[in-house]
Amino acid sequence: MPEIPEKLANTLDALSMVPDRNERIQLLIDIAGKFQEVPPQVAARPFPEENRVPACESEAFVWAERRPDGRLDYHFAVENPQGISAKAMAVILKDSLSGQPLDQVAAVPQDVVYQVFGKELSMGKSMGLMGMVGMVSTLAKRAQA
Amino acid sequence: MSEIDSRGYSRPDALVSTDWVAEHLNDPAVRLVESNEDPLLYPSGHIPGAVEVDWTRDLNDPLRRDYLGREGFQNLMRRIGVTPDTTIVLYGDKNNWWATYALWVFRLFGHENAKIMDGGRIKWAKEGRPLTTDVPTWPASEYQARERDDKKIRAFRDEVLKHLEQRRPLIDVRSPDEYTGKKLHMPEYPNEGALRGGHIPGAANIPWARAINPDDGTFKTAEELRALYEGEARVKADDDVIVYCRIGERSSHTWFVLTHLLGYPKVRNYDGSWTEWGNLVGVPIER
Repeated sequence: MPEIPEKLANTLDALSMVPDRNERIQLLIDIAGKFQEVPPQVAARPFPEENRVPACESEAFVWAERRPDGRLDYHFAVENPQGISAKAMAVILKDSLSGQPLDQVAAVPQDVVYQVFGKELSMGKSMGLMGMVGMVSTLAKRAQA
Repeated sequence: MSEIDSRGYSRPDALVSTDWVAEHLNDPAVRLVESNEDPLLYPSGHIPGAVEVDWTRDLNDPLRRDYLGREGFQNLMRRIGVTPDTTIVLYGDKNNWWATYALWVFRLFGHENAKIMDGGRIKWAKEGRPLTTDVPTWPASEYQARERDDKKIRAFRDEVLKHLEQRRPLIDVRSPDEYTGKKLHMPEYPNEGALRGGHIPGAANIPWARAINPDDGTFKTAEELRALYEGEARVKADDDVIVYCRIGERSSHTWFVLTHLLGYPKVRNYDGSWTEWGNLVGVPIER
């Protein structure tokens, strides 16, 4: 079983150092503020349905861009202007999984969302965020094939 | 006549406009309550003076699958400084989906003085109205809560079984792919929390958000809503109706529409919904 990518492990460690719920929420809001949409050379509206994250009601989309070494950069769009958790998740996934070994990205468990946001998520919200992780993993799996 | 009055609702006073809220921001008899699905939204900015009621932390029993009891509800209302005379105005994300859920729970405890801000949080934000990150502190109240009454507006699985045996109307407010069970079998799709896909036999499928004008998140007119529920779903105004979704949250929105906007006298929300029905042994399922 591949290890969790090092950068993601570091991010999760950093979040675990913030056990206070309010402080963690503020940290995640700050992270969401760093969200940058998929660059136009990768994708433009209307975004293809094949890039839409299943189950995400914040209308998140994911793309992968291949690097010369075969690894991937991940890009996101979040169409719901109120999709702040989706934006935070996108920043974390983009920053911590881009350029990481494909087998490790492919094996990232979807329940990392609970390590990021805590357990107090609605079913729909957790499914949407897990869908984002799952879609990134799927793109990594396809790139390995 | 206000614009909301002109829409022909049975109870137009169940809604207030963003204008009305703006005019009552400093009214101590009004308590604004934001309730969202996204836990980051309220802390990122909310209507000045609004308190947060979080569905997962504030309205649920932490152990059993159930809502909070009388004491928990009383503590919540005291914490947000509400009395029975306070006008509670709920609003939130996702076209007020979670706000109507909170309102439905408030109604279980007989708290009648609660309304929904038409258009929800996104309408307020799109109109460029003020948002703040300041969390208000209201003086605690001495609210005395009643016992929760699950008989009138909440349905349990045995009641749903009897309901379908009697061929009474059910409305499934999930998406068509959930209704047909297709989503449960999509590859790489997150687990839906149910072992079986499909719907309760005989249920009509009217996705909850069809009650909303997509442009501004406001509710459709009574005539448009009747076309949906009486025209498409073949429900009659005096029917005994049960609505459901996956865990009862989206269906609380439809419960609000049928009960408060169309004035149907007997509408119950089956909050066990598909996460219960789709896991029950031996109950009938249709695809």
